[in-house]
Amino acid sequence: MTATGIGAAVRRKEDIRFITGKGQYTDDVVRPGETRAVFVRSPHAHAKIKRIDTAEAARMPGVVAILTGADLANDKIGNLICGWMIHSKDGSPMKMAPHPAIASGKVNHVGDAVAVVIAETRAQGRDAADKVKVDYEELPAVADPAKAQAKDAPQIHADIPNNTIYQWSLGDEKAVGDAFRGAKHVTRLDIVNNRLVPNAIEPRAALAEYDAGTDNLTLWNTSQNPHVARLVISAFVGIAPEHKLRVIAPDVGGGFGSKIFIYPEEVVCLWAARKTGRPVKWTAERSEAFLTDAHGRDHVTHAEMAFDGDGKILALRAKTIANLGAYMSTFSSSIPTYLYATLLSGQYGIPQIYCEVDAVYTNTVPVDAYRGAGRPEATFVVERLVEVGAREMGLDPADLRKRNFIKQFPHQTPVIMAYDAGDYNASLKKAMELADVKGFGKRKRDSARHGKLRGLGYSTYIEACGIAPSQAVGSLGAGVGLWESAEVRVNPTGSVEVLTGSHAHGQGHETTFAQLVSERLGIPFENISVLHGDTDKVQFGMGTYGSRSGAVGMSAIAQALDKVIAKAKKVAAFMMEASEGDIEFKDGKFTVAGTDKSAAWDDVALNAYIAHKFTGAELEPGLKETSFYDPTNFTFPAGCHICEVEVDSETGRTEIVNWTAVDDFGTVINPMIVEGQVHGGIAQGVGQALLEGAVYDKDGQLVSGSFMDYSMPRAHDLPSFKLGLTETKSPSNPLGIKGCGEAGAIAAPAAVINAITDAIGTEQISMPATAQTVWSALQRANAARQAAE
Amino acid sequence: MPKVSMTVNGKPVTGNIEERTLLVQFLRENLRLTGTHVGCDTSQCGACVVHVNGIAMKSCTLLALQMEGASITTIEGIAPSPTELHPMQEAFRENHGLQCGYCTPGMIMSALDIVRRKGHDLDEHTIREELDGNICRCTGYHNIVKAVAAGARAMAK
Repeated sequence: MTATGIGAAVRRKEDIRFITGKGQYTDDVVRPGETRAVFVRSPHAHAKIKRIDTAEAARMPGVVAILTGADLANDKIGNLICGWMIHSKDGSPMKMAPHPAIASGKVNHVGDAVAVVIAETRAQGRDAADKVKVDYEELPAVADPAKAQAKDAPQIHADIPNNTIYQWSLGDEKAVGDAFRGAKHVTRLDIVNNRLVPNAIEPRAALAEYDAGTDNLTLWNTSQNPHVARLVISAFVGIAPEHKLRVIAPDVGGGFGSKIFIYPEEVVCLWAARKTGRPVKWTAERSEAFLTDAHGRDHVTHAEMAFDGDGKILALRAKTIANLGAYMSTFSSSIPTYLYATLLSGQYGIPQIYCEVDAVYTNTVPVDAYRGAGRPEATFVVERLVEVGAREMGLDPADLRKRNFIKQFPHQTPVIMAYDAGDYNASLKKAMELADVKGFGKRKRDSARHGKLRGLGYSTYIEACGIAPSQAVGSLGAGVGLWESAEVRVNPTGSVEVLTGSHAHGQGHETTFAQLVSERLGIPFENISVLHGDTDKVQFGMGTYGSRSGAVGMSAIAQALDKVIAKAKKVAAFMMEASEGDIEFKDGKFTVAGTDKSAAWDDVALNAYIAHKFTGAELEPGLKETSFYDPTNFTFPAGCHICEVEVDSETGRTEIVNWTAVDDFGTVINPMIVEGQVHGGIAQGVGQALLEGAVYDKDGQLVSGSFMDYSMPRAHDLPSFKLGLTETKSPSNPLGIKGCGEAGAIAAPAAVINAITDAIGTEQISMPATAQTVWSALQRANAARQAAE
Repeated sequence: MPKVSMTVNGKPVTGNIEERTLLVQFLRENLRLTGTHVGCDTSQCGACVVHVNGIAMKSCTLLALQMEGASITTIEGIAPSPTELHPMQEAFRENHGLQCGYCTPGMIMSALDIVRRKGHDLDEHTIREELDGNICRCTGYHNIVKAVAAGARAMAK
């Protein structure tokens, strides 16, 4: 391993600009003559728009334009779309309701845009927005997914009865039923996977500029996938042809899924920029972000697991209602289906699995992928069932897991996925050692002496990452291929630029991708730059989500590097007048086998461009290669997280006293960055388990709509984490990478809840397990115990 | 529009601004010091922390006009020279105390204030409690805590 190659904890290239305040986020970009967009948003969850009066607002100082849904329709601006087709079990296609960027005729959630004010300053825009008079006729609303299909629930979209988008299923229902009938023990759980708000700390923003001279539009936005944004805005919304629209996602301050999607605000800024001839900028305020960023999770599930007399799992079945909110966001349909039910086998050999999912509309903000996206929900179902099953059968939860672990690979589950590699015993064993599970009994007795209840919870999770083989996702309904592209440009002086379709918003690609190049080409790390996030520079890209940038994005770079090296060898052969087959390349030097002839990297790069040693007929000048890499399978990161808690029986307050995570991510490029990803994932998972919850009241008002009400994890809510790694390489990509971005968020909620329920002796607890929730559960458990005695 | 004068990162500045202009707007929009960020609208996240007369404050909660005559330091003003880093900046880089970088300027400015108030030998519990006013969504705080402790120690040298 070199100091800057694969496996080295290289300090990040991108840090200098961030720690000195020189990052360039979308809101930092300023264009001459820039105006500000301020949206008028619905205060009602469900209402008819009877009239919009903009006359007084239009007379306010600084107003450039006021635009409504009617203007949008007049200009024939298309609707936003969901790009993943799901068919119901009866074969009918999902029911996608129209989603205009500005509501027309009717609003369907609090925060739905009804008009936009374009003004010289944000303050003037706000003043004018206050003067836009909207006459609403309120309609009854439904926010709870469990109530959305009820007979008396208001129908949100015309022609979509029971607010039901699809009724989908996966697996063999009859075989599962047979397995349950033969079971020795059945564990049953009702689970609510609480609704979360992603809350990247940089609020979403968009800045659009129109150049009348060239008829080109440019959009700076907070996107995890600028090319996909351009494609959708061009092909479906119809703002501009793809070649007339440039999308730049500069530094982006966190995404966690919420910045994958194509949102109304960027469409409106582009449209308004052309209409007004002025650059238009919009930056969300946090309270606006709460009402417009796609939320995550929000499942209501009944799940059952069947065991035989030896604790072997025979079957699993689950029925889930998934809330997709008022409109179908870009990838929303795929999250509770192919990213959820396909992971219900966990790390276990389960012969039969059946899952039904009803996706429903409600009068809430759209719901889509949030860190983990479907896989945390699946892990929570599986890991709660296994843990509770062990407790019910009087078995050790770790032993029960070991009995059921998959040990042979590849392993075909009954729910599509073929796991390619793993060693689940190894990560469990290592985690148990690191967590000192043997000493837990003593620690529990010590806690009891201080009036504290101590509990320990496991989560042996799996995820499907490296998303994804294009053919596979195509067969499942995806409207896009999920390959990745790379271009490696070698300059005449030997320095290298990598242009990648991946996008970094905290992941450190400028560092890790350069490590790969440094290792392969044997050139100094400083001589490599990584460019991303600009559709005028990068040929095309699918962006960053689903822990795909290592497994797919870097594999594309590796493939392009192979091509670069192959061509450089040809150049070197001409330079040294040797046969191409005799050229060897190692540590940045080309040699002719069996001789002392050699050429340095920089010389070969220069010769590729000056082209003095070969004719154009023999070899094209230049040294630049591109690659589109399509993986052969998903990757399957897996591991074991162990959470140890102390619960104060007087107050119900839970403190996480120890956290141990042992993960198998395959090849690790930079352990420092990988650890950081795990830390952040765990924090979001702990947030879901203990603190966070997007709460709607019965009228569809978001009552946890700010950082004053929605409890974000803070430094004192979390412990330091003990991390370890095991390694089985993924055979599905050339680098053996599995991906690490979502593991913590997937593993953590089940580990926390398993620990708390272990501590308090009752399984009846919901997330977030706040002090009040835990205290109430303790009271109920005590009352039940007393009644039984 | 009223006029305001203050010192920012050692340089005198003046501006004619609307009364309701917040300090963070004045820094970002008038002075183009965009290292100070806005992450919320309820004074919770701390992305906007700057030093006012040496004390950490949330610049989203101050009117620029209140700053008449004050001395403001932002993230752009803490390094000893354009080619050097402040020890706390260096500690954040060395300990991977940042990912997307958006909360980082506020974190560093708050960390300096913790050192001012609590000294150079900071235990984990103190750092975690004192970071209450700064939210990070990326790091899980693990490496920020390490960075603040290391930065505090380095500043004693």
